[in-house]
Amino acid sequence: MKLLTGNDLGSGAVTWWTGNGWSIHVEDAADVGEHGEATLHAEEGARRVNAPYIIDALPTEDGPRPAHIKDRIRALGPTVRTDLTLKPADPAAGDWII
Amino acid sequence: MYKYDHYDQAMVDARVAEFRDQINRRIAGEMTEDQFKPLRLMNGLYLQLHAYMLRVAIPYGTLDSRQMRMLAHIARTYDRDYGHFTTRQNIQYNWIKLEDCADILEELATVEMHAIQTSGNCIRNISSDPYAGAAADEVTDPRPWAELLRQWSTFHSEFSYLPRKFKIAVIASPEDRAAMRLHDIGLELIRQDGALGARVFVGGGMGRTPMIAPEINPFVKAGDLLSYLEACLRVYNRYGRRDNIYKARIKILIHEIGADAYRRQVAAEFAHVKTFGIDPPLAELERINAFFAPPAYDAPDVEPDRTDPNFAVWLDQNVKPHKQTGYAIVNISLKPLGGIPGDATSAQIDVMADLAEKYSFDELRVTHAQNIVLPYVAKSDLYAVWHALRDAALADANLDLISDIIACPGLDYCSLANARSIPVAQKIATRFADMDRQRDLGELKLKISGCINACGHHHAGHIGILGVDKKGVENYQLTFGGSGAEDVSIGKIIGPGFDEDGVVDAVEKATEVYKELRQGNERFLDTYRRVGLEPFKQAIYG
Repeated sequence: MKLLTGNDLGSGAVTWWTGNGWSIHVEDAADVGEHGEATLHAEEGARRVNAPYIIDALPTEDGPRPAHIKDRIRALGPTVRTDLTLKPADPAAGDWII
Repeated sequence: MYKYDHYDQAMVDARVAEFRDQINRRIAGEMTEDQFKPLRLMNGLYLQLHAYMLRVAIPYGTLDSRQMRMLAHIARTYDRDYGHFTTRQNIQYNWIKLEDCADILEELATVEMHAIQTSGNCIRNISSDPYAGAAADEVTDPRPWAELLRQWSTFHSEFSYLPRKFKIAVIASPEDRAAMRLHDIGLELIRQDGALGARVFVGGGMGRTPMIAPEINPFVKAGDLLSYLEACLRVYNRYGRRDNIYKARIKILIHEIGADAYRRQVAAEFAHVKTFGIDPPLAELERINAFFAPPAYDAPDVEPDRTDPNFAVWLDQNVKPHKQTGYAIVNISLKPLGGIPGDATSAQIDVMADLAEKYSFDELRVTHAQNIVLPYVAKSDLYAVWHALRDAALADANLDLISDIIACPGLDYCSLANARSIPVAQKIATRFADMDRQRDLGELKLKISGCINACGHHHAGHIGILGVDKKGVENYQLTFGGSGAEDVSIGKIIGPGFDEDGVVDAVEKATEVYKELRQGNERFLDTYRRVGLEPFKQAIYG
């Protein structure tokens, strides 16, 4: 599957295209399939998200898992400060990245 | 310390107002990111993995307690309660919101700080010896010259769009504590027949093509220095490549045309530039010098009581001789066991500010090794300082030991990185947690970069580690034999890379080889240089 991601203009937070908007949670990300480029250009034009790009991901029971470690770190947060990630209370969250 | 005059303040205030307007236009959708990006970079604002990152300039690594407290305030109010001190003696914040950025810069401006020259293809923040003004071996205080260069380079219209970024370091001691020859220009202030001047080295750097700067001029008189540097930059600006980002640094130009040809061109350009009259008059030099007058030393010459063994260990490791009788230079390690190199919480930053105000004539320094220095501490106050540091978890006695690791933010934060650096640093520090073991190994400078851009100075590590992306998996190359000091050298790759745990094992094996082969007081680096790579390779690869 393919996901569209970028950084929110105001906060800089990592954000994922859900099909009709943006979410900071990768679990909400939609498979953009063949329409990724068109959505990317439309959203780039809307100027709400910085540097959008399309990534490969694998579907899992818990939602999409980006194929590359860089995007998994983007999706969750720094592996060295789990308290600053999106799942600070989940001690196993880091395993999802590695 | 230098204090802004009304010109400095007006320039910085105007820049904040200008950037506020640019931010507002960007948020309102009046500018695209492509239009906005070069403007935000000129104000130190990057977009990293998780958020915007703001890099704040700390000119030549020198700041006072009021400024340090402001850095804590920014961390507490606008970020996530910590900051990261960098290898260019700056600080950066990892979780900045665009809409807060103008307010942050406005607050910084109230204490004579900004984020100018921390990004872009300009002359970057000038770096210098963190012991400047206090070192027993300096021929003069390099800070007035660093300040002069700051004033010359800030908003220098001709050099705002160089082929690539440009880094300058100034030192004034035979011992190099600023990796001077790994800069685009390195200056070593010296005296020749009583006259002050500088050895000028041009074309050093790390990154994907590491080079040691050759000496371009053995002595430029102090009164000619700005003109000479202007000439160095002009030749680069004219001939430096703009068609290929990987070949655009001045080191590539000098490598391609040769040091002799570059030297001749600079000499010709200097003869022209000298007619411009840009070298400051004596009165201006004296005005700047006055800001860096020695503090009012008045401490008695007493040696600290070494009864407390932990204090004695810290004294031996982190406290350095001062040029003034009765005083010492205190190094505060930002490398706690298992911690993140260079990170400090807002509370710790406040503690260091308080200690500077109370015990160090209100002054601190940031080092390129991502530590903090209190440059003027009375020996009679050392025990009190150590106690306060210990209470703030800032008293690790590991300066220059294997756990005093330089590490870039790596893939945990940086959008350019290929691999994580910090977890490797944490694992190595933890593996060598036994401080007796670390001290037995002695000086061992280990430096880690998460990509070829070498922000973690791995080329200059006695042991260097470079993280690479190998088909989507983090992989770590080891280099041995680098040095950023006066015995400068570039480390060499020892062989195939390792995974994260493998590189920690390899480092440990290397230290065992060193212990077996060392002679006398040899450091790891000395032994490696004497015996070569082979015994280390045999132990590591079998």
